[in-house]
Amino acid sequence: MVPLAAYVVVSAVLFATGLIGVLIRRNFIIVLMAIGIMLNAANINLVAFSHYLDSMAGQVVALFVIAIAAGEAAVGLAIIIVVFRAKIATNVDEINALRW
Amino acid sequence: MAFELLVLAVPALPLLAVILNGLFGNRYSHRVAYWLGCGSVGVSFLFALGIFAEMLATGATREVVAYPWIFGGTLTVNLGFLIDPLTCVMLLVVTGVGFLIHVYSIGYMHGEEGFTRFFTYMNLFMVSMLLLVMGNNYLVLFIGWEGVGLCSYLLIGYYYDRVSAAKAATKAFVVNRIGDAGFLLGIFLVFVNFQTLDYTTVFARAGQLSTGMATTIALCLLVGAIGKSAQIPLYTWLPDAMEGPTPVSALIHAATMVTAGVYMVVRNHVLYDMAPLALSTVAWIGGGTALFAASIGLVQNDIKRVLAYSTVSQLGYMFLACGVGAYAAAIFHLMTHAFFKALLFLSAGSVIHALAGEQDIRHMGGLRAKLPLTHLSFLTGTLAIAGIFPLAGFWSKDEIMAHAFVHGHYALYGLAALGAFLTAFYMFRLTYLTFYGESRVEPHAAGHLHESPWIMMGPLIALATLSVIGGFPGVPPEAGWFHRFLNPVVGTTGPAEAHEGSTGLLPTLMGIATAIALSGWALAHYLYKIRPAAAHELADRTPRMYRTLLNKYYVDEFYDAGVVEPLKRLGAVWDWFDQRVIDGVVRAVGRLTETSAAFSTLFETYIIYGSINIIGYSNHLAARVLRRLQTGMVHHYAAIIVAGLFLLVHLLWVWWTGSSSVGLAAR
Amino acid sequence: MVPLFFVYFALVSILAGVLTVALRNPVHCGLALLTLLLHVSGLFVLLNAEFLFAVQIIVYAGAILVLYLFVLMLLNLKTEERHLHQRYAITLVATLGIFGELLLLVLRSPFGGAKGDAPTSAVLEVGGSQAVGLKMFSDYVLQFEIVGIFLLGAIIGAVVLAKTPTISDERP
Repeated sequence: MVPLAAYVVVSAVLFATGLIGVLIRRNFIIVLMAIGIMLNAANINLVAFSHYLDSMAGQVVALFVIAIAAGEAAVGLAIIIVVFRAKIATNVDEINALRW
Repeated sequence: MAFELLVLAVPALPLLAVILNGLFGNRYSHRVAYWLGCGSVGVSFLFALGIFAEMLATGATREVVAYPWIFGGTLTVNLGFLIDPLTCVMLLVVTGVGFLIHVYSIGYMHGEEGFTRFFTYMNLFMVSMLLLVMGNNYLVLFIGWEGVGLCSYLLIGYYYDRVSAAKAATKAFVVNRIGDAGFLLGIFLVFVNFQTLDYTTVFARAGQLSTGMATTIALCLLVGAIGKSAQIPLYTWLPDAMEGPTPVSALIHAATMVTAGVYMVVRNHVLYDMAPLALSTVAWIGGGTALFAASIGLVQNDIKRVLAYSTVSQLGYMFLACGVGAYAAAIFHLMTHAFFKALLFLSAGSVIHALAGEQDIRHMGGLRAKLPLTHLSFLTGTLAIAGIFPLAGFWSKDEIMAHAFVHGHYALYGLAALGAFLTAFYMFRLTYLTFYGESRVEPHAAGHLHESPWIMMGPLIALATLSVIGGFPGVPPEAGWFHRFLNPVVGTTGPAEAHEGSTGLLPTLMGIATAIALSGWALAHYLYKIRPAAAHELADRTPRMYRTLLNKYYVDEFYDAGVVEPLKRLGAVWDWFDQRVIDGVVRAVGRLTETSAAFSTLFETYIIYGSINIIGYSNHLAARVLRRLQTGMVHHYAAIIVAGLFLLVHLLWVWWTGSSSVGLAAR
Repeated sequence: MVPLFFVYFALVSILAGVLTVALRNPVHCGLALLTLLLHVSGLFVLLNAEFLFAVQIIVYAGAILVLYLFVLMLLNLKTEERHLHQRYAITLVATLGIFGELLLLVLRSPFGGAKGDAPTSAVLEVGGSQAVGLKMFSDYVLQFEIVGIFLLGAIIGAVVLAKTPTISDERP
């Protein structure tokens, strides 16, 4: 039997990876992908606990998370398209009009 | 009660006239001014007569306290008056002769612009002199003393637009002041020794003093008398004081003020009797001054200056009298001198008035025909001062000389006799040169020649009468009514009047005195009436002596070089000191204030405002630093969010749940 | 058997995740993401969550990822010469450090909790989907509705944001 801790470790490592991706990458779309990785890591955690604690709640919430990921991806990409159309840039560090 | 009122009214009435004339004199006519001025003195004279009558009736010495003035501590001084025979005599002389002179002044000062001012000052003088003679303690005496000094300054400098008058007034005041310094020392010594300044207490306990202390006090008081009564060496102010109007000369320098010194010595005779050294000092100063001043008067050419030196000389006689113990004789001579000297001054004033201001006797002569009444009064005065029997001056002067001789002061007698000879000589010289002989009057004055109006002649006649009969109260010498009247004050504690066994001596001395006077007259008659040229020949044959006498022995020049100039230079030194050192200190303080003000401004600008501005600046700085957070870069914000999240989680985990990351190794 | 599959799925997921954030070409990253998603769904299978496994593949890999790739192709981005930020190292190290610590903390603490009411046997009886449905529509109905509204908002937002600007959109 795989211990719960293993799943938690996997989830944590994936989450860290996603987080690093958010903080490091310049391309906005890759950042969105990294956010998606983080959400997936959260999902793994939820489902693992759901399984090991004999509850369905985890899976239900994981479903919701997927739905929210979808919504977030859509809106994020729409923003990227707007920004690209305005010819500003698609690299995160070039969008700095709000600096002091 | 009535007596007290009388006493208080005597000085109060002239004081009232002073206030009215002084403050409001410019609002009413001269007539009101002189009625107030003369009237107040006249009423005071009547009151003095009343006091005199009371004194004759009761013979009791009384003290009247007007006002409890200083009290508390060791010093208690009242504004009080002492009425005893001496005071009565002085009161009558001062108010009587003063009144006559005031009346004379109405005529003499007629038309003058400062008419009211003149009477204000004259009345102020009367107030001061009355305080002086009536005071019952040294402080009131001193107030009067200073008051008469001040009034002499005001009146000598009456013609204030004349530089010589202003200088003479200052000289009088300053020389008097020197005397007053010594006088004050004497008063201080009296207080130190007796803890009081009342005459009665001091004289009652005078016997407790040591001879040395009594001598010291007597000598200090004498210094004041020397200044006030123009004795050697402080006499130089009196001849110059002739710059004032003639009535002023008559009142102040003949009849009243200068006699204050004599009065003071007689009043303090208790102290002087205890100090033989002081007494002999008094006598010798008196005798020396008598001769010295007479010698200067021989050759002077200003009519008033001759009279001034004669005043100094006669005051010397009074001091001589005090010095040999003949206090009553001194006061007697004071009284007669008041009569005939005032008479002489007022007659001279009449002459000057008639000649429209001419005072040089070389420009007079032959006035006898034009001014008969003036001539008669002047002659009366001359006879009196020369000591011709039976006028007043004879009795008083002879008494002084006789007393000196009888008590063995032969040298002083010699001085007095020589002085009498010179006095007779120069007074008759003055008379002859003024009224007799060829008229040397300048044309512009000659046209003005007229006898003075009755308002001026009246007092002259009164004074002439007094000069004739004024000696009789003192007859026979040392035993007349006058002496008996003054006996309670001066008689009992003085050296005993020993006249037994000298009944033959007195008439002899009287005869010698008359001979001296007549011979003086004869010499003057010869030199100035019979052979006028002889006087000039005498002067030419002894040019140096003549010039010395004419220049008053160069005493004024000596004082100037020896005393005045060094003092002026000392004054210059103090001035330098004041300007550089004291003002320097003041300026330094100012600069210090400026510096501290600048410092405080600096403080305010940098520190106070700075600390206020720091709030703004620190805000600015903080903003500049914290602004860097707003990079506009989203990933930076993300990183911060993540960091904050981790921090929160860590804190929550470690603190809230209690597990610690430190114990990781243990698990 | 199960542990083996677990190890495989877990390792590949982690590898795919690392590749997603590390590759230069965005399309390559997308493909790596696809791999990740597939293997995560494999992990779901191992955890008896068949419904979620299916949903993951259909929605996440089939819709969301495709959307990512659509936009990537649409934008036609060139490969940048720098694909990471400047000074990325510090962030990397810090995050790794903090995460390492948190992981240790997690593993050191006791976990477990109250057991629920759906043991595996019960779930296998009704079937995974039904079990999920039963739970969702009884206890979590409100949340379900809210998610629905959220998705509505997302749709509207995306449409509004991304539509071609017309002349009336321009500011005068």
